[in-house]
Amino acid sequence: MEWLGVVVQGVLLGGLYALFATGLSLMFGVMRLVNIAHGDLIVLGAYIALSTVAILDVHPVIAMVLVVPIMGFVGYALQRTLLNRTLGADILPPLLVTFGLSVILQNALLEIYSADPQKLSAGPMETASVSFGSLSVGVFPLLTFVSAIVLIGLLQWVFYHTSLGREFRAVSDNQEIAQLMGINKAHVFGVAMALAFAVTAIAGILFGVRTSFDPSIGGGRLLLAFEAVIIGGLGNLWGTLAGGIILGVAQTVGGQINPGWQQLAGHIAFLFVLAIKPTGLFPRVAH
Amino acid sequence: MPDALLLAQKLDAFYGDFQALFGVNISVDAGEVLAIIGANGAGKSTLLRSLAGLIKNDSNQVVFKGQSIGDKRADTIARLGIALVPEGRQLFPSLSVEENLKLGAKVGRRGYWTLTSVYELFPILNERRNTAPTALSGGQQQMVAIARALMSNPEVILFDEISLGLAPVIINDIYNAFPTIIEQGVTAVIVEQDISRALSVASRVYCLQKGSVKLEGLTREKTRDAITAAYFGVAV
Repeated sequence: MEWLGVVVQGVLLGGLYALFATGLSLMFGVMRLVNIAHGDLIVLGAYIALSTVAILDVHPVIAMVLVVPIMGFVGYALQRTLLNRTLGADILPPLLVTFGLSVILQNALLEIYSADPQKLSAGPMETASVSFGSLSVGVFPLLTFVSAIVLIGLLQWVFYHTSLGREFRAVSDNQEIAQLMGINKAHVFGVAMALAFAVTAIAGILFGVRTSFDPSIGGGRLLLAFEAVIIGGLGNLWGTLAGGIILGVAQTVGGQINPGWQQLAGHIAFLFVLAIKPTGLFPRVAH
Repeated sequence: MPDALLLAQKLDAFYGDFQALFGVNISVDAGEVLAIIGANGAGKSTLLRSLAGLIKNDSNQVVFKGQSIGDKRADTIARLGIALVPEGRQLFPSLSVEENLKLGAKVGRRGYWTLTSVYELFPILNERRNTAPTALSGGQQQMVAIARALMSNPEVILFDEISLGLAPVIINDIYNAFPTIIEQGVTAVIVEQDISRALSVASRVYCLQKGSVKLEGLTREKTRDAITAAYFGVAV
């Protein structure tokens, strides 16, 4: 029973990792952009929420209503003014530019908020739990997991059942021909980035409620996001959720055996999947 | 020719660092079917790509309905009413046949061509509308590419090597759709390596050789020998 609890904790933690990874997966899926600054963007989302909570004196979950559109707007503006210029046949420029962005973000956050760890307080919700028989599950981790499923389901619906989704898939397939269809690719990329930033903002807020954060921890989140995307298979959002869950379960199980093994167990699970299936467990097939 | 629908004027176009066109002048009149022929590497595709905005040029090197569009983006030009059926069909593999067609209508120009009318033109596409384009035969893929361009209800439609790699019987099927397409008042520019195929539907012809126009005129006035000479650059 104890082990069942550990696995359930891991699955729920995996929901958070999937949220970390979804934005990254979206950016790569639509514009083949590998975003090295992704972890710092998660942290940025948490800090913007921190300020919103401090200024407006609202609950972090309510702050989402403001933080998500702000981040979405920043994403659109960043794509249109900077990142679109880096995209082309060469994959190196976006890597370098987002690496630079990562350095700038970390230092800017350090300058504004200092290196002190911060935390978003969600009040009694953080410690509340519900019981399923003898199994007790935290309300907040459960909420995080449900958000991941709902968000991924929503994005999947957008991708495969709306005209915007058709445009996303078309520019991803062939940018030049997509333009012949009257698609302004700069704008479509901006919209995709806005969506990715919005999801990242939600991930950042849920993360900031769960644990404390400081400006330097983006790198670790980026690694988790990468691992979740790659375990699940590039370009498959449900695969990304599965990747997040595998990482989460490996971590909690590893941590249960020996508390020092928590991070290591996640990375070993990642390497294991990479060794047996280099393309990930669920690589994208023609839908 | 002030009232030409679409003009290329002293067009020098580059394919990467390589100059593919040298001062090409082409005029397309409203409602006509124009053939552009030439050997491999003569610059035919570069010309069509320039007209469609996939290659940027000086503003006044391409003029459409009196408006200089040489430096406009491809999506803007598509909205103005120029559609390109690209060489090699270039369908979107992640989209079903019907989704490919719907994307063609994205420019938002209204007219005769809708899902219903393109399915009437190519009934096989209706049967296969939920299939991935990669599962279609080459001829069917070409039909999707043509139908996708028609869905934008263009004023000018540019066909780039639509018979390339297809069996003669399939090419007949595709060319049989031409009269219906032209009836709707669309102007067509056909690029082909297959001379007789192009000349069978076109009223006027330009022959390109090494990036320059070597011959132009009404198809019925040109002898086969003159065309062959312009095509290969040698007297026969």
